[in-house]
Amino acid sequence: MQVALDILSWLLLIAGSAFALIGAAGLIRFPDVYARMHAAGITDTLGAGLIISGLMIQGGFTLVTVKLAAILIFLLYTSPTSTYALANAAYSRGLQPLLGKRDADTAEKESS
Amino acid sequence: MLHAVSLGLVLYGTWLLFSGIYTPLLMGLGAVSCLAVVGIAHRMDVVDREGHPIHLGWRALTYWMWLAVEIVKANIDVARRILDPKMPIDPVVVTVKASQGSELGQVIYANSITLTPGTVSIRINDNAILVHAIATELAEDIQSGAMDRRVTAMEGAGPPPSEDAR
Repeated sequence: MQVALDILSWLLLIAGSAFALIGAAGLIRFPDVYARMHAAGITDTLGAGLIISGLMIQGGFTLVTVKLAAILIFLLYTSPTSTYALANAAYSRGLQPLLGKRDADTAEKESS
Repeated sequence: MLHAVSLGLVLYGTWLLFSGIYTPLLMGLGAVSCLAVVGIAHRMDVVDREGHPIHLGWRALTYWMWLAVEIVKANIDVARRILDPKMPIDPVVVTVKASQGSELGQVIYANSITLTPGTVSIRINDNAILVHAIATELAEDIQSGAMDRRVTAMEGAGPPPSEDAR
């Protein structure tokens, strides 16, 4: 039983870390502030959520698990608020988002 | 009054869970600080439907379940776009209608949009939210209004925004 829980917890931790890394990769690959916020959102939601779920399984039925759940809830309330503040600030300052179909090739042409 | 009592109970419950030390001294100190916080919140005039929305009740829980599934689906979609060597993105800015009756409902809707990767709320004007989406399909999902209707349903028969603005 303990082994099964450990394996489940490891899987969640690894998947969470993978999503956090994907978010970081998107942060670098995406072209502008607005697009990069979407990548950061992956780290905020699924990355953090899976890692904390994995840790909660390690914690078991203890107060530690309660605190981890509280951390997750606080994250889910605060991260959209800060993202909104960032997006709103950028937009209010007149930063126009890059629009229209684009991919890795367009980005390369633009930067050269 | 109901909101103040409920806030006090939630705060004390949180204290008990976070502290984990159940001696009379600490539990007494916890009770005193919870009362102080409720008192300060009452003076700040934030103990109401908006600051402590207990009226959402169980409906909020079912909404969160639905939102969690949406978040996972959107995460996978955006992760796929990042990992694709071609990086197929198609950013658009669209305006969506927020049909919620209260400011609280609109905040919940706007935050739900932001929490779903691939879409970010930029600005709220009256009953419309300006949304930046990483791809046209994700913008269309929001424009279909499924999330809007669910937030409105969860909020129930909330008071119109004019009543909330004191």
